[in-house]
Amino acid sequence: MKTYDIVIVGGGPAGLAAAVAAKEAGNDSILILERDHELGGILNQCIHNGFGLHTFKEELTGPEYAYRFIKQVIDLGIEYKLNTMVMDIAADKTVTAMNREDGMFQIPAKAVILAMGCRERPRGALNIPGYRPAGIFSAGTAQRLVNIEGYMPGREVVILGSGDIGLIMARRMTLEGAKVKVVAELMPYSGGLKRNIVQCLDDYGIPLKLSHTVVDIEGKDHVTAVTIAEVGPDRKPIPGTEIRYTCDTLLLSCGLIPENELSRSAGVKMSPVTSGPVVNESLETNIPGVFACGNVLHVHDLVDYVSEEAKRAGENAVKYINDGCKAADSSDVIEIVATEGARYTVPSTIDTERMSDLLTVRFRVGDVYKNSFVSVYFDDERIMHNQKRIMAPGEMEQIILRKTQLQEHKGLKKITVKIEKE
Amino acid sequence: MYDVIIIGAGVSGSAVAREVSRYNVSACVLEKCEDVCEGTSKANSAIVHAGFDAEEGSLMAKLNVEGNEMMDQLSRDLDIPFKRNGSLVVCVHKEEIDGLKTLYDRGVKNGVKGLKILTREEALEMEPNLSDDVEGALYAPTGGIVCPFELNIAMAENANMNGVEFRFNTEVEDIKKGEDGLFHIRTNNGEYISKVVVNAAGVYADKIHNMVSADKMHIIERRGDYLLLDKEVGNYVSHTIFPQPTKYGKGVLVTPTVHGNLLVGPTAIDLENKEGNNTTAAGLNEVTAKASENVKNLPLRNVITSFAGLRAHLERHEFVIEEVKDAKGFIDVAGIESPGLTASPAIGKMVGDMLKDMMGLTEKSDWIATRKGIKSTEGLSIDEMNALIKENPAYGTIVCRCESITEGEILDAIHRPLGARSLDGVKRRTRAGMGRCQAGFCSPRTMEIINRELGLSYEKITKSGGKSNIILERTKGEESHS
Repeated sequence: MKTYDIVIVGGGPAGLAAAVAAKEAGNDSILILERDHELGGILNQCIHNGFGLHTFKEELTGPEYAYRFIKQVIDLGIEYKLNTMVMDIAADKTVTAMNREDGMFQIPAKAVILAMGCRERPRGALNIPGYRPAGIFSAGTAQRLVNIEGYMPGREVVILGSGDIGLIMARRMTLEGAKVKVVAELMPYSGGLKRNIVQCLDDYGIPLKLSHTVVDIEGKDHVTAVTIAEVGPDRKPIPGTEIRYTCDTLLLSCGLIPENELSRSAGVKMSPVTSGPVVNESLETNIPGVFACGNVLHVHDLVDYVSEEAKRAGENAVKYINDGCKAADSSDVIEIVATEGARYTVPSTIDTERMSDLLTVRFRVGDVYKNSFVSVYFDDERIMHNQKRIMAPGEMEQIILRKTQLQEHKGLKKITVKIEKE
Repeated sequence: MYDVIIIGAGVSGSAVAREVSRYNVSACVLEKCEDVCEGTSKANSAIVHAGFDAEEGSLMAKLNVEGNEMMDQLSRDLDIPFKRNGSLVVCVHKEEIDGLKTLYDRGVKNGVKGLKILTREEALEMEPNLSDDVEGALYAPTGGIVCPFELNIAMAENANMNGVEFRFNTEVEDIKKGEDGLFHIRTNNGEYISKVVVNAAGVYADKIHNMVSADKMHIIERRGDYLLLDKEVGNYVSHTIFPQPTKYGKGVLVTPTVHGNLLVGPTAIDLENKEGNNTTAAGLNEVTAKASENVKNLPLRNVITSFAGLRAHLERHEFVIEEVKDAKGFIDVAGIESPGLTASPAIGKMVGDMLKDMMGLTEKSDWIATRKGIKSTEGLSIDEMNALIKENPAYGTIVCRCESITEGEILDAIHRPLGARSLDGVKRRTRAGMGRCQAGFCSPRTMEIINRELGLSYEKITKSGGKSNIILERTKGEESHS
């Protein structure tokens, strides 16, 4: 098997953008490994529009957005293998993969870019009691069936969880003639983008019931009814608040889990908050030369940000190779701490030497905050205090750090990001 | 017309079918579901019990110990995973410590080998994650774990290879003994006639029994809720951990499974509902509360699914394996609750022997005792994988990413004797869809393979037969294909 400098695991938006950036940064030895039969990842089933407003300043569908990058990959002559499953990534960056034509093969890579994306939380992990009939789908599986395979799961739908895919599918199923009876959300706020709530629920008169969950699923063979109930502050159902909906389909959109089995077995250090790798300013994990980007790193709500992040991972992988594959000097790194409302940051450490002139630090808040401030402290000194009208867990936030700013603070050890009322 | 008809293709019916297939006899299994292993056999603790629980002198005790002893040879013959991981009955209340001795004595009388009472220290050394309250434990080295699906499927396949017919989606509606002395079995798929009937209908065994006998039987469905945890925590304990038993059974256990998950359960909730295998919030809460009494800090955030099964419980808590007095030629295999899975090979043998004597059966000269399982790619080296892929490229395509199941394995599951026809059929044979994403990723792909290989249109593909169709129809403006 031919060897490559950079192996990119996953040919979705993150992998594609990383590949293009690495090629443009001057590396000609790149291989993308994709398990599906085409490039583009989950975008291929996202046939709604709203993609690319930041990147291309126009509104594209998912497949259109993906194609912009696929075309670049093809035009740039970047190699890729489809229908290929990566079975293992070793700590020494040997990637083991398999497909029908090549069989099982190993590539000793100089750099590996993790771009495996995420998967949906299944029913079992939600501990929903009841029967286990047909008719229960994760929203993404239903999306694939409807948009790629051309099949309708059912006609009367209840959706649990207000993640973006669930909201999008509420509209999609409605447009296909189904009746979406309710979207129930366990939390007192939605997990999805505000614009999706407006465009996918409000515009179609689909009720969103916050602080509600499914407490029973009926139907031995196929779903016949679903009962939801209001939950208290402890998120436990409140007896007497049950509402029963007859339906034939239950869609679940209850959170996305970065798909890091390969990262874990390689020995990549993980964040318990994001379930993604802990990375530095170069989006490099604790294993030198292993980078991560996109939803495998932390779940994004906009693909534009995935592309931007992946571009940095691609460029940094090339830089790592060009610099002789040396491990970063860890003696002089600044730690970024997320606290008081900020749940995590990506990256979580910065080496001022290696950082770019402007560094985007992304994070999510843990609750809904109105008219509050995003504050950034350099050690104990507050250096940023930006008011935001509203912040919610469903919308990713960001701050931008300037290299000069950090250099001016000699001996800076810790940057703290927090949400303040005033 | 058949010599023998067996009602039910669960683990008991399939074990009987396999034993019957040794003889020169025409036999058929009638199963109301679309596959084998659809009732109690598919939702239980997957344990090969040592045999110290059942009352000494009972049939339950005898068949438990016999079945346990048969399991090594059987698992080799049928190519199924089986592991003697040993079991511990844990005492966490000082005042109950004598109970371990009672179990020990009973076990010795039942013929269980190697039993040993452990001190707190010995138990904790063996299982560091036991509760801090542990006072002592009964160790049974012969306790084991088995895959109930594979055991059931393998016995049925082997029976089928040896000539036993299987009729699925065939529900028995009534049984009459005709003037010809034969049993006339009315089903939704026409009438079947046989000389002898074996009633292995699980929770429906009372209904079937009562069709032929005036001496009415009543089975109580005793529900058990379970939680299955991710392989990431599959080695949280290495032995099967039982609490001390109560009148409701062996209690909530914590055990590794033979495929490397962690299984926690069951509850014991008496119902009068033969289809009541739904979990409830109360049941699942009870499982976590009770399991936590014996094992500390259970990693419950790693739960990947929950399910419930129904035990076929008789008031007298004993296996009933006998010819029905007022229906000569009709044999009950009823009340097969725990340790039914363990006992199943011995149940099969016992019924086989009964039939042999009753009907004067002679053994076949060409009986095939062994069956090859689905070739697993787990643990194969790169060279071995490549040899396999070269021979059949389908082994190069991963369909289920969580369990690393290839298309080759799924094709094998579909095309072997009594092959899979539904998503659950594929799942129980290959584990595709049984991992942490619970079929979110692989189900559209498995449907594609079922559609292609069996010529079943998408609309007709089911999760587990009956009306469990996965999808309803084509989207607007699409022509239906195949």
